[in-house]
Amino acid sequence: MPSPSVKRGVTVLAALTALLIACAWLSLGVGPSPASWSDVPGLLTGDADPVTRDILARVRMPRLVLAAVVGAALSGAGVVFQAVLRNPLADPYILGVSGGAALGAVLFTAALGTAAMGSVLGRPGAAFAGAVGTLALLSLARVRGRTEPTVLLLVGVVLNAFYSAVILFLLTAGDTSRFRGALFYLVGSVSAAASLSWTVLASVTALVAAGLAVLLLFSHRLNLLAFGEEVAGHLGVDVERTVWLAVGGASLITAAAVAFTGLVGFVGLIVPHLVRTLAGPDHRLLLPASALGGAAFVVLADTAARTVVAPGEMPVGVITALIGGPFFLGLFLRRLRER
Amino acid sequence: MSEILRFDRVSFSYRAAPVFEDFSLGIEQGEMTAVLGPNGSGKTTLVRLAAGFLRPSSGAVSLAGRRLAEIPARGRARIVSVVPQESHLAFDFTVREVVLMGRAPHLGLLGIDGEDDRKIALGAMEQADVARLADRRFTALSGGERQRVVVARALAQRPRLMLLDEPTAFLDLKHRLSVYSLLTELNREARITVVAVSHDINLAARHCRRVVLLVGGKVAADGPPDDVLTAANLRRVYEVEADVRRDPSTGRTYVFPIRPAGDTPP
Repeated sequence: MPSPSVKRGVTVLAALTALLIACAWLSLGVGPSPASWSDVPGLLTGDADPVTRDILARVRMPRLVLAAVVGAALSGAGVVFQAVLRNPLADPYILGVSGGAALGAVLFTAALGTAAMGSVLGRPGAAFAGAVGTLALLSLARVRGRTEPTVLLLVGVVLNAFYSAVILFLLTAGDTSRFRGALFYLVGSVSAAASLSWTVLASVTALVAAGLAVLLLFSHRLNLLAFGEEVAGHLGVDVERTVWLAVGGASLITAAAVAFTGLVGFVGLIVPHLVRTLAGPDHRLLLPASALGGAAFVVLADTAARTVVAPGEMPVGVITALIGGPFFLGLFLRRLRER
Repeated sequence: MSEILRFDRVSFSYRAAPVFEDFSLGIEQGEMTAVLGPNGSGKTTLVRLAAGFLRPSSGAVSLAGRRLAEIPARGRARIVSVVPQESHLAFDFTVREVVLMGRAPHLGLLGIDGEDDRKIALGAMEQADVARLADRRFTALSGGERQRVVVARALAQRPRLMLLDEPTAFLDLKHRLSVYSLLTELNREARITVVAVSHDINLAARHCRRVVLLVGGKVAADGPPDDVLTAANLRRVYEVEADVRRDPSTGRTYVFPIRPAGDTPP
């Protein structure tokens, strides 16, 4: 007989899947070009006219996929960083891990030229190296076996400012006409999706899915870390190995997400927090639920970014930061007062 | 009788400060032992070494006849559970979820708990008298309630040995008594070997059949409370003058500390 918590888990995951499908449907139907929801079934059956078909299959669909993958990856990574640091304010963007990944990706293209964009794992690989380099820097803040979360957040702020400056320099090299693209990457945008091949999109999706699957195997051990590393060890967790694999996996999916979209911020903070109020703190449910919720959230945010200023568009990172900034402050101040 | 825990010529130091040198101690299966001693005598380090959180620089710690260094973390957690002084939980897990965490070393690869695990957790909650708190949030409980929940978690591990590091340090009188009564019951009925590090001499003397007095990383005295808790030993170990008496109703030794040793009486 399944326990009440299993039933609740199934309900939560089903509800979030439905939400994701609804957001995807909305996203496909909205845009400046004349294609709408009524054309989507035609796309599947092959009855749609060629123009509509092109808009949906070559513009909106890749964008939808990239937005969903980025949302799932950043939310999943947020859950893992929060568990390892025992702090709900941790997030790949705030810690500077996203920034390191973005710098890695930009350095890769700067060194090898835009032709290398087509290389399936080149840019995500370089982004992963950047993320791991950032983790190495963050681990310097660990003093006498303890890591003060506020110190990490501060180091993250400094790293972000530094990485942004270097990325801006590399992307523009003083050419002001390139500022628009650079800005979209720094704020985080999924508009590059249309220029990516399906092979690249599929490999990014596979990378994130595989990373999330491995993290899911560790999700039970993440629960035990909530009592601290010593107690987790008493409960049978090989703490060092677990922490490194968890943080490595979170960095990998962050890198895969950031490589083509840039610094979409705060997703890993907002989504796990909201999902935790809905699904509870058990990471076996929280991780997959946050991945689904994060996918829905970024798809919805991107739909808003495309429609609010239509026929123009904003980077999706504007929307997530507009929500995430006040959200972070609110959470931070509440925690400060609860002490 | 066989030994469940053995320290064999163990040395350990924090950076440059040595805590244990050539330290040996054995705990028999089924015992209920208190480890007493002043601050800095090595009590907490002893628990951390026995639980495998710290590793000796030389010598060996063995659990149930196997060297601790050779037992993987999961296997170790099926033999020994630890109740720390205090517990800080980062997220809002319920009491039921916390106690189920004790099943972790028994779960499969996916870490999904089954019907048996839930039954064992419920049994542990009932034994520790926290079943009525099952759906409350752990972080919302009082210190005494939390400590009993942590004992339930330690019980759900189904250990052969339970180590407690000053389990009553932050508790009021009533909860101190209730934690020790619970430990005595577990020792008697569930046949769990209990080793409790403590500052509370009288509670330990009343509930434990063996007392180990530790000072400067060495065993100063070891035996039944009546033999160990003498005025001379207390002077040597705690540097206090104490009045040692026997409770006429329980027949147990109890200790009144009077003044630091060497001070002139008022």
